[in-house]
Amino acid sequence: MRLPDAEQLCIALAERMRPGLHPDTALIGIHTGGVWVAERLHAALGLKILLGTMDVSFYRDDFGRTGLHPQLKPSEIPFEVEDRPVIIVDDVLYTGRTLRAAMNEIFDYGRPARIDLAVLVDRGGRELPICARWAAQTMELDRGQNLQLERSDNGKLTLRMVNA
Amino acid sequence: MRNPQLNKNGELQHLLTIDGLPREIITAVLDTAAPFTEVAEREVKKLPLLRGKSVFNLFFESSTRTRTTFEIAAKRLSADVINLNISTSSTSKGETLLDTVDNLSAMQADMFVVRHASSGAPFLISQHLDAMRQEHIHVINAGDGRHAHPTQGLLDMYTIRHYKKDFTKLTVAIVGDVLHSRVARSQINALTTLGVPEVRVIGPKTLLPADVEKLGVRVFHDMRAGLKDVDVVMMLRLQNERMQGALLPSSEEFFKYYGLTPDKLERARPDAIVMHPGPMNRGVEIDSAVADGPHAVILPQVTFGIAVRMAVMAMLAGN
Repeated sequence: MRLPDAEQLCIALAERMRPGLHPDTALIGIHTGGVWVAERLHAALGLKILLGTMDVSFYRDDFGRTGLHPQLKPSEIPFEVEDRPVIIVDDVLYTGRTLRAAMNEIFDYGRPARIDLAVLVDRGGRELPICARWAAQTMELDRGQNLQLERSDNGKLTLRMVNA
Repeated sequence: MRNPQLNKNGELQHLLTIDGLPREIITAVLDTAAPFTEVAEREVKKLPLLRGKSVFNLFFESSTRTRTTFEIAAKRLSADVINLNISTSSTSKGETLLDTVDNLSAMQADMFVVRHASSGAPFLISQHLDAMRQEHIHVINAGDGRHAHPTQGLLDMYTIRHYKKDFTKLTVAIVGDVLHSRVARSQINALTTLGVPEVRVIGPKTLLPADVEKLGVRVFHDMRAGLKDVDVVMMLRLQNERMQGALLPSSEEFFKYYGLTPDKLERARPDAIVMHPGPMNRGVEIDSAVADGPHAVILPQVTFGIAVRMAVMAMLAGN
Protein backbone atom coordinates (compact mmCIF):
# COMPACT_ATOMS: atom_id res chain seq x y z
CA MET A 1 0.00 0.00 0.00
CA ARG A 2 1.25 3.48 -0.87
CA LEU A 3 1.34 5.65 2.24
CA PRO A 4 0.75 9.40 2.16
CA ASP A 5 3.66 11.82 2.56
CA ALA A 6 3.89 12.79 6.24
CA GLU A 7 5.37 16.24 5.57
CA GLN A 8 2.47 17.17 3.29
CA LEU A 9 -0.01 15.82 5.83
CA CYS A 10 1.50 18.16 8.45
CA ILE A 11 0.96 21.17 6.17
CA ALA A 12 -2.60 20.10 5.35
CA LEU A 13 -3.38 19.50 9.03
CA ALA A 14 -2.15 22.97 10.02
CA GLU A 15 -4.37 24.60 7.38
CA ARG A 16 -7.43 22.71 8.57
CA MET A 17 -6.78 23.67 12.17
CA ARG A 18 -6.10 27.37 11.57
CA PRO A 19 -9.75 28.60 11.54
CA GLY A 20 -10.48 26.79 14.82
CA LEU A 21 -7.69 28.38 16.86
CA HIS A 22 -8.01 30.86 19.70
CA PRO A 23 -5.18 33.22 20.76
CA ASP A 24 -4.82 31.27 24.03
CA THR A 25 -4.77 27.84 22.37
CA ALA A 26 -1.93 25.55 23.46
CA LEU A 27 -0.68 22.38 21.78
CA ILE A 28 0.43 19.25 23.64
CA GLY A 29 2.31 16.62 21.65
CA ILE A 30 2.30 12.98 22.77
CA HIS A 31 5.76 11.34 22.85
CA THR A 32 7.35 10.53 20.52
CA GLY A 33 5.68 10.89 17.11
CA GLY A 34 3.05 13.32 18.36
CA VAL A 35 5.76 15.70 19.56
CA TRP A 36 7.34 15.79 16.08
CA VAL A 37 3.98 16.62 14.50
CA ALA A 38 3.22 19.18 17.20
CA GLU A 39 6.55 20.92 16.55
CA ARG A 40 5.62 21.25 12.86
CA LEU A 41 2.14 22.55 13.65
CA HIS A 42 3.39 24.96 16.29
CA ALA A 43 5.79 26.56 13.79
CA ALA A 44 3.35 26.56 10.86
CA LEU A 45 0.55 28.12 12.93
CA GLY A 46 2.84 30.67 14.63
CA LEU A 47 1.40 29.95 18.08
CA LYS A 48 2.52 32.19 20.95
CA ILE A 49 2.00 29.71 23.79
CA LEU A 50 4.99 27.40 24.24
CA LEU A 51 4.56 23.81 23.08
CA GLY A 52 3.74 21.19 25.72
CA THR A 53 4.90 17.58 25.55
CA MET A 54 3.55 14.54 27.37
CA ASP A 55 4.66 10.96 28.00
CA VAL A 56 1.45 9.19 29.02
CA SER A 57 3.15 5.96 30.23
CA PHE A 58 2.27 6.75 33.85
CA TYR A 59 -1.44 6.82 32.93
CA ARG A 60 -1.70 3.89 30.55
CA ASP A 61 -4.34 1.24 31.25
CA ASP A 62 -2.00 -1.61 30.27
CA PHE A 63 0.60 -0.90 33.00
CA GLY A 64 -0.60 -3.94 34.96
CA ARG A 65 0.11 -6.17 31.94
CA THR A 66 3.23 -4.69 30.43
CA GLY A 67 4.91 -2.74 33.23
CA LEU A 68 6.75 0.50 32.76
CA HIS A 69 8.23 1.47 29.44
CA PRO A 70 12.00 1.72 29.93
CA GLN A 71 12.61 5.00 28.08
CA LEU A 72 10.28 7.42 29.84
CA LYS A 73 10.38 11.11 29.10
CA PRO A 74 9.22 13.80 31.48
CA SER A 75 6.00 15.60 30.65
CA GLU A 76 6.57 19.33 30.17
CA ILE A 77 3.58 21.62 30.30
CA PRO A 78 5.05 25.16 30.20
CA PHE A 79 1.69 26.97 30.53
CA GLU A 80 -1.32 27.17 32.83
CA VAL A 81 -3.84 24.50 31.82
CA GLU A 82 -6.65 26.07 33.87
CA ASP A 83 -9.36 27.55 31.59
CA ARG A 84 -7.21 27.22 28.46
CA PRO A 85 -8.24 25.59 25.16
CA VAL A 86 -5.85 22.68 24.61
CA ILE A 87 -5.23 20.62 21.49
CA ILE A 88 -3.66 17.18 21.89
CA VAL A 89 -1.50 16.26 18.91
CA ASP A 90 -0.62 12.68 18.00
CA ASP A 91 0.74 10.96 14.92
CA VAL A 92 -1.63 7.99 14.57
CA LEU A 93 -5.06 7.57 16.18
CA TYR A 94 -5.90 3.89 16.77
CA THR A 95 -7.63 2.39 19.84
CA GLY A 96 -7.99 5.73 21.63
CA ARG A 97 -6.41 4.41 24.85
CA THR A 98 -3.42 6.74 24.58
CA LEU A 99 -5.82 9.68 24.33
CA ARG A 100 -7.75 8.60 27.40
CA ALA A 101 -4.45 8.48 29.30
CA ALA A 102 -3.46 11.90 27.92
CA MET A 103 -6.76 13.48 28.97
CA ASN A 104 -6.43 12.03 32.48
CA GLU A 105 -2.93 13.47 32.72
CA ILE A 106 -3.98 16.94 31.49
CA PHE A 107 -6.58 17.18 34.25
CA ASP A 108 -3.84 16.64 36.84
CA TYR A 109 -2.43 20.00 35.74
CA GLY A 110 -5.74 21.86 35.89
CA ARG A 111 -9.19 22.13 34.30
CA PRO A 112 -8.86 23.10 30.64
CA ALA A 113 -11.57 25.16 28.88
CA ARG A 114 -11.78 22.40 26.24
CA ILE A 115 -9.67 19.65 24.74
CA ASP A 116 -9.51 18.91 21.00
CA LEU A 117 -7.56 16.27 19.14
CA ALA A 118 -5.49 16.67 15.97
CA VAL A 119 -3.81 13.66 14.30
CA LEU A 120 -1.92 13.00 11.09
CA VAL A 121 -3.68 9.70 10.44
CA ASP A 122 -6.88 8.15 11.82
CA ARG A 123 -6.44 4.46 11.08
CA GLY A 124 -9.71 3.20 12.62
CA GLY A 125 -10.00 0.39 15.16
CA ARG A 126 -11.26 2.47 18.10
CA GLU A 127 -11.92 0.77 21.45
CA LEU A 128 -13.14 3.91 23.21
CA PRO A 129 -15.63 6.65 22.26
CA ILE A 130 -12.95 9.11 21.09
CA CYS A 131 -12.70 10.94 17.78
CA ALA A 132 -10.34 13.52 16.32
CA ARG A 133 -11.58 17.02 15.49
CA TRP A 134 -8.91 17.18 12.77
CA ALA A 135 -7.35 14.21 10.94
CA ALA A 136 -5.25 14.91 7.86
CA GLN A 137 -5.88 11.41 6.53
CA THR A 138 -8.19 8.52 7.38
CA MET A 139 -7.68 4.87 6.41
CA GLU A 140 -8.88 1.45 7.58
CA LEU A 141 -6.07 -0.90 8.61
CA ASP A 142 -6.17 -4.47 9.88
CA ARG A 143 -5.38 -5.20 13.52
CA GLY A 144 -2.09 -6.87 12.61
CA GLN A 145 -0.86 -3.76 10.81
CA ASN A 146 1.01 -1.10 12.70
CA LEU A 147 1.43 2.36 11.23
CA GLN A 148 4.39 4.32 12.59
CA LEU A 149 5.81 7.78 12.11
CA GLU A 150 9.60 7.93 11.82
CA ARG A 151 12.05 10.80 11.74
CA SER A 152 15.29 10.59 9.79
CA ASP A 153 18.57 12.18 10.91
CA ASN A 154 17.89 15.26 8.78
CA GLY A 155 14.48 15.68 10.49
CA LYS A 156 12.24 14.45 7.67
CA LEU A 157 9.05 12.69 8.78
CA THR A 158 7.92 9.48 7.09
CA LEU A 159 5.04 7.07 7.66
CA ARG A 160 5.95 3.40 7.66
CA MET A 161 3.94 0.20 7.94
CA VAL A 162 5.23 -2.43 10.36
CA ASN A 163 3.53 -5.83 10.26
CA ALA A 164 3.19 -7.25 13.74
CA MET B 1 22.21 -19.44 41.59
CA ARG B 2 19.76 -16.88 40.30
CA ASN B 3 20.11 -13.38 41.75
CA PRO B 4 17.38 -13.46 44.43
CA GLN B 5 16.30 -9.93 43.50
CA LEU B 6 15.55 -10.71 39.86
CA ASN B 7 12.69 -12.73 38.35
CA LYS B 8 13.21 -15.38 35.67
CA ASN B 9 13.19 -12.67 32.98
CA GLY B 10 16.05 -10.84 34.69
CA GLU B 11 13.75 -8.02 35.84
CA LEU B 12 13.72 -6.52 39.31
CA GLN B 13 11.41 -8.58 41.55
CA HIS B 14 12.59 -7.36 44.97
CA LEU B 15 15.05 -4.61 45.89
CA LEU B 16 17.23 -6.03 48.68
CA THR B 17 20.75 -4.74 48.08
CA ILE B 18 22.79 -2.94 45.42
CA ASP B 19 25.51 -5.58 45.75
CA GLY B 20 25.25 -7.77 42.64
CA LEU B 21 22.67 -5.58 40.91
CA PRO B 22 23.56 -5.21 37.20
CA ARG B 23 24.58 -1.75 36.05
CA GLU B 24 21.70 -1.70 33.54
CA ILE B 25 19.14 -2.06 36.34
CA ILE B 26 20.72 0.69 38.44
CA THR B 27 20.78 2.96 35.41
CA ALA B 28 17.17 2.04 34.58
CA VAL B 29 16.07 3.10 38.09
CA LEU B 30 17.86 6.44 37.73
CA ASP B 31 16.40 7.00 34.25
CA THR B 32 12.91 6.09 35.43
CA ALA B 33 13.18 8.39 38.45
CA ALA B 34 13.83 11.47 36.32
CA PRO B 35 10.27 11.95 34.98
CA PHE B 36 8.86 11.33 38.49
CA THR B 37 10.62 14.45 39.83
CA GLU B 38 8.31 16.61 37.73
CA VAL B 39 5.16 15.22 39.38
CA ALA B 40 5.85 17.22 42.55
CA GLU B 41 5.25 20.45 40.59
CA ARG B 42 1.77 19.55 39.39
CA GLU B 43 -1.49 20.70 40.85
CA VAL B 44 -2.43 17.04 41.45
CA LYS B 45 0.72 15.30 42.73
CA LYS B 46 -0.52 11.83 41.98
CA LEU B 47 -0.06 9.19 39.30
CA PRO B 48 -2.40 6.21 38.95
CA LEU B 49 0.29 3.50 38.58
CA LEU B 50 -0.30 1.75 41.94
CA ARG B 51 -4.04 2.43 42.16
CA GLY B 52 -5.70 -0.39 44.05
CA LYS B 53 -2.40 -1.76 45.39
CA SER B 54 -1.62 -2.08 49.09
CA VAL B 55 1.85 -1.14 50.30
CA PHE B 56 2.74 -2.22 53.83
CA ASN B 57 5.51 -0.30 55.57
CA LEU B 58 6.93 -2.87 58.01
CA PHE B 59 9.22 -0.98 60.33
CA PHE B 60 10.74 -3.28 62.93
CA GLU B 61 13.13 -0.45 63.77
CA SER B 62 11.99 3.13 64.12
CA SER B 63 12.68 5.65 61.40
CA THR B 64 10.69 8.75 60.67
CA ARG B 65 12.31 10.08 57.53
CA THR B 66 12.68 6.86 55.54
CA ARG B 67 9.18 5.70 56.43
CA THR B 68 7.73 9.10 55.52
CA THR B 69 9.45 9.27 52.13
CA PHE B 70 8.33 5.73 51.29
CA GLU B 71 4.82 6.66 52.38
CA ILE B 72 4.80 9.80 50.23
CA ALA B 73 6.22 7.89 47.26
CA ALA B 74 3.56 5.18 47.52
CA LYS B 75 0.77 7.72 47.99
CA ARG B 76 1.90 9.76 44.97
CA LEU B 77 1.55 6.53 43.00
CA SER B 78 -2.03 6.22 44.36
CA ALA B 79 -1.33 3.11 46.48
CA ASP B 80 -3.05 2.47 49.79
CA VAL B 81 -0.37 2.65 52.47
CA ILE B 82 -0.51 0.81 55.77
CA ASN B 83 2.16 1.71 58.31
CA LEU B 84 3.04 -0.92 60.88
CA ASN B 85 5.34 -0.01 63.69
CA ILE B 86 6.05 -3.57 64.66
CA SER B 87 8.56 -2.93 67.41
CA THR B 88 5.58 -1.93 69.51
CA SER B 89 3.13 -4.46 68.13
CA SER B 90 2.76 -8.19 67.50
CA THR B 91 6.39 -9.25 67.91
CA SER B 92 6.22 -8.01 71.45
CA LYS B 93 3.35 -10.49 71.85
CA GLY B 94 5.60 -13.30 70.57
CA GLU B 95 4.70 -13.61 66.86
CA THR B 96 7.58 -14.56 64.56
CA LEU B 97 8.67 -12.43 61.64
CA LEU B 98 7.38 -14.87 59.04
CA ASP B 99 4.05 -15.34 60.81
CA THR B 100 3.61 -11.58 60.67
CA VAL B 101 4.40 -11.65 56.95
CA ASP B 102 1.96 -14.52 56.30
CA ASN B 103 -0.80 -12.66 58.10
CA LEU B 104 -0.22 -9.50 56.09
CA SER B 105 -0.04 -11.53 52.86
CA ALA B 106 -3.47 -12.92 53.75
CA MET B 107 -4.64 -9.29 53.86
CA GLN B 108 -3.79 -9.03 50.12
CA ALA B 109 -0.56 -7.07 50.41
CA ASP B 110 1.15 -6.18 47.14
CA MET B 111 4.39 -4.76 48.49
CA PHE B 112 6.37 -4.83 51.73
CA VAL B 113 8.78 -2.05 52.59
CA VAL B 114 10.93 -3.55 55.36
CA ARG B 115 13.21 -1.90 57.90
CA HIS B 116 14.81 -4.30 60.38
CA ALA B 117 17.69 -4.21 62.85
CA SER B 118 18.90 -7.63 61.69
CA SER B 119 20.89 -7.91 58.47
CA GLY B 120 19.15 -10.19 55.99
CA ALA B 121 15.57 -9.86 57.31
CA PRO B 122 14.19 -8.48 54.00
CA PHE B 123 15.99 -11.28 52.13
CA LEU B 124 14.43 -13.86 54.45
CA ILE B 125 10.98 -12.38 53.83
CA SER B 126 11.45 -12.37 50.04
CA GLN B 127 12.63 -16.00 50.03
CA HIS B 128 9.68 -16.98 52.19
CA LEU B 129 7.18 -15.24 49.90
CA ASP B 130 8.67 -16.90 46.83
CA ALA B 131 8.58 -20.31 48.58
CA MET B 132 4.93 -19.73 49.54
CA ARG B 133 4.09 -19.02 45.86
CA GLN B 134 3.46 -15.38 46.67
CA GLU B 135 5.78 -14.09 43.94
CA HIS B 136 3.36 -11.26 43.15
CA ILE B 137 4.33 -9.62 46.47
CA HIS B 138 7.41 -7.43 46.16
CA VAL B 139 9.86 -6.62 48.95
CA ILE B 140 11.88 -3.43 49.27
CA ASN B 141 14.67 -3.26 51.81
CA ALA B 142 14.41 0.05 53.66
CA GLY B 143 17.54 -0.68 55.70
CA ASP B 144 18.60 -3.93 57.41
CA GLY B 145 21.13 -4.00 60.24
CA ARG B 146 24.60 -3.11 59.02
CA HIS B 147 23.93 -4.72 55.64
CA ALA B 148 22.27 -2.48 53.07
CA HIS B 149 20.02 0.49 52.42
CA PRO B 150 19.60 0.25 48.65
CA THR B 151 17.11 3.08 48.05
CA GLN B 152 19.41 5.46 49.91
CA GLY B 153 22.30 4.31 47.71
CA LEU B 154 20.18 4.81 44.59
CA LEU B 155 18.99 8.28 45.57
CA ASP B 156 22.60 9.22 46.29
CA MET B 157 23.55 8.06 42.79
CA TYR B 158 20.65 10.05 41.35
CA THR B 159 21.90 13.14 43.21
CA ILE B 160 25.48 12.68 42.00
CA ARG B 161 24.34 12.18 38.42
CA HIS B 162 22.12 15.25 38.65
CA TYR B 163 25.04 17.49 39.60
CA LYS B 164 28.04 15.73 38.03
CA LYS B 165 26.55 13.93 34.97
CA ASP B 166 29.37 11.45 34.29
CA PHE B 167 30.36 8.85 36.89
CA THR B 168 33.49 7.75 35.06
CA LYS B 169 35.46 10.91 35.80
CA LEU B 170 34.74 11.30 39.51
CA THR B 171 36.62 10.97 42.75
CA VAL B 172 34.22 10.32 45.61
CA ALA B 173 35.00 10.27 49.34
CA ILE B 174 32.82 8.56 51.95
CA VAL B 175 33.59 9.92 55.39
CA GLY B 176 32.97 8.73 58.93
CA ASP B 177 31.46 5.70 60.57
CA VAL B 178 31.68 3.18 57.72
CA LEU B 179 31.74 0.23 60.14
CA HIS B 180 28.16 0.62 61.34
CA SER B 181 26.80 2.08 58.13
CA ARG B 182 24.54 0.14 55.80
CA VAL B 183 24.35 3.32 53.75
CA ALA B 184 28.12 3.25 53.10
CA ARG B 185 28.00 -0.32 51.83
CA SER B 186 25.19 0.49 49.40
CA GLN B 187 27.02 3.63 48.26
CA ILE B 188 30.30 1.79 47.62
CA ASN B 189 28.54 -0.97 45.67
CA ALA B 190 26.63 1.52 43.54
CA LEU B 191 29.63 3.78 42.86
CA THR B 192 31.89 0.94 41.75
CA THR B 193 29.14 -0.66 39.62
CA LEU B 194 28.54 2.67 37.88
CA GLY B 195 32.23 2.98 37.03
CA VAL B 196 33.50 5.64 39.45
CA PRO B 197 37.29 5.28 39.09
CA GLU B 198 38.22 6.33 42.62
CA VAL B 199 36.16 5.74 45.74
CA ARG B 200 37.81 6.70 49.02
CA VAL B 201 36.74 5.96 52.55
CA ILE B 202 37.93 8.23 55.31
CA GLY B 203 37.66 7.43 59.00
CA PRO B 204 39.44 6.26 62.12
CA LYS B 205 40.60 2.62 62.16
CA THR B 206 38.04 1.77 64.81
CA LEU B 207 35.16 2.86 62.55
CA LEU B 208 36.28 1.16 59.33
CA PRO B 209 35.63 -2.53 58.64
CA ALA B 210 38.85 -4.58 58.79
CA ASP B 211 38.80 -5.66 55.12
CA VAL B 212 37.26 -2.52 53.64
CA GLU B 213 39.90 -2.38 50.84
CA LYS B 214 38.36 -5.53 49.39
CA LEU B 215 35.36 -3.46 48.35
CA GLY B 216 37.64 -1.63 45.90
CA VAL B 217 38.18 1.58 47.85
CA ARG B 218 41.22 3.61 48.92
CA VAL B 219 41.47 4.05 52.68
CA PHE B 220 42.51 7.29 54.39
CA HIS B 221 42.79 7.96 58.10
CA ASP B 222 43.80 11.58 57.55
CA MET B 223 40.73 13.50 56.39
CA ARG B 224 42.67 16.38 54.83
CA ALA B 225 44.68 14.00 52.64
CA GLY B 226 41.56 12.00 51.74
CA LEU B 227 39.56 15.04 50.66
CA LYS B 228 42.20 16.36 48.26
CA ASP B 229 40.61 17.08 44.85
CA VAL B 230 37.44 15.06 45.43
CA ASP B 231 34.29 15.88 43.43
CA VAL B 232 31.81 14.44 45.91
CA VAL B 233 31.93 14.25 49.72
CA MET B 234 29.47 11.77 51.20
CA MET B 235 29.25 12.23 54.96
CA LEU B 236 27.90 9.48 57.19
CA ARG B 237 26.05 9.84 60.44
CA LEU B 238 27.94 8.87 63.57
CA GLN B 239 25.73 6.01 64.75
CA ASN B 240 25.86 6.38 68.48
CA GLU B 241 22.94 4.00 68.95
CA ARG B 242 24.78 1.14 67.21
CA MET B 243 28.04 1.51 69.09
CA GLN B 244 28.94 -0.84 71.87
CA GLY B 245 32.04 -0.22 73.92
CA ALA B 246 34.47 2.64 73.49
CA LEU B 247 35.20 3.03 69.80
CA LEU B 248 35.66 6.76 70.17
CA PRO B 249 37.01 8.95 72.95
CA SER B 250 34.23 11.52 72.47
CA SER B 251 32.13 13.17 69.79
CA GLU B 252 34.17 16.39 70.24
CA GLU B 253 37.31 14.44 69.44
CA PHE B 254 35.61 12.91 66.40
CA PHE B 255 34.58 16.34 65.14
CA LYS B 256 38.11 17.62 65.47
CA TYR B 257 39.53 14.93 63.18
CA TYR B 258 36.60 13.81 61.02
CA GLY B 259 33.99 16.57 61.20
CA LEU B 260 33.50 18.32 57.85
CA THR B 261 34.40 21.98 58.38
CA PRO B 262 34.75 24.74 55.73
CA ASP B 263 38.49 24.58 56.28
CA LYS B 264 38.74 20.83 55.52
CA LEU B 265 36.32 21.16 52.60
CA GLU B 266 38.73 23.57 50.93
CA ARG B 267 40.88 20.58 50.08
CA ALA B 268 38.14 19.28 47.74
CA ARG B 269 37.47 20.64 44.26
CA PRO B 270 35.88 24.11 44.20
CA ASP B 271 32.68 22.67 42.69
CA ALA B 272 32.50 19.68 45.04
CA ILE B 273 29.10 18.66 46.40
CA VAL B 274 28.51 17.61 50.00
CA MET B 275 25.94 14.93 50.77
CA HIS B 276 24.53 13.48 53.99
CA PRO B 277 21.86 10.75 54.33
CA GLY B 278 20.38 12.37 57.45
CA PRO B 279 19.61 12.81 60.19
CA MET B 280 22.63 15.07 60.69
CA ASN B 281 24.54 15.45 63.92
CA ARG B 282 25.65 19.06 63.58
CA GLY B 283 28.95 19.64 65.29
CA VAL B 284 29.73 15.89 65.31
CA GLU B 285 30.25 14.81 61.71
CA ILE B 286 29.40 18.07 59.96
CA ASP B 287 29.77 21.75 60.75
CA SER B 288 26.66 23.91 60.35
CA ALA B 289 28.59 26.25 58.03
CA VAL B 290 29.02 23.34 55.60
CA ALA B 291 25.58 21.79 56.13
CA ASP B 292 23.92 25.11 55.28
CA GLY B 293 26.59 26.22 52.80
CA PRO B 294 26.70 26.43 49.00
CA HIS B 295 28.27 22.97 48.48
CA ALA B 296 25.56 21.10 50.38
CA VAL B 297 22.94 19.17 48.39
CA ILE B 298 21.43 17.51 51.44
CA LEU B 299 17.87 18.77 50.98
CA PRO B 300 17.79 17.99 47.22
CA GLN B 301 18.78 14.44 48.25
CA VAL B 302 15.53 14.20 50.22
CA THR B 303 13.45 15.48 47.30
CA PHE B 304 15.14 13.16 44.80
CA GLY B 305 14.64 10.32 47.27
CA ILE B 306 10.87 10.46 46.76
CA ALA B 307 11.22 10.23 42.96
CA VAL B 308 13.72 7.36 43.23
CA ARG B 309 11.43 5.43 45.60
CA MET B 310 8.49 6.05 43.25
CA ALA B 311 10.58 4.67 40.39
CA VAL B 312 11.54 1.55 42.35
CA MET B 313 7.94 0.87 43.39
CA ALA B 314 6.60 1.45 39.88
CA MET B 315 9.23 -0.82 38.33
CA LEU B 316 8.58 -3.60 40.85
CA ALA B 317 4.81 -3.35 40.48
CA GLY B 318 5.14 -3.60 36.71
CA ASN B 319 7.45 -6.65 36.74
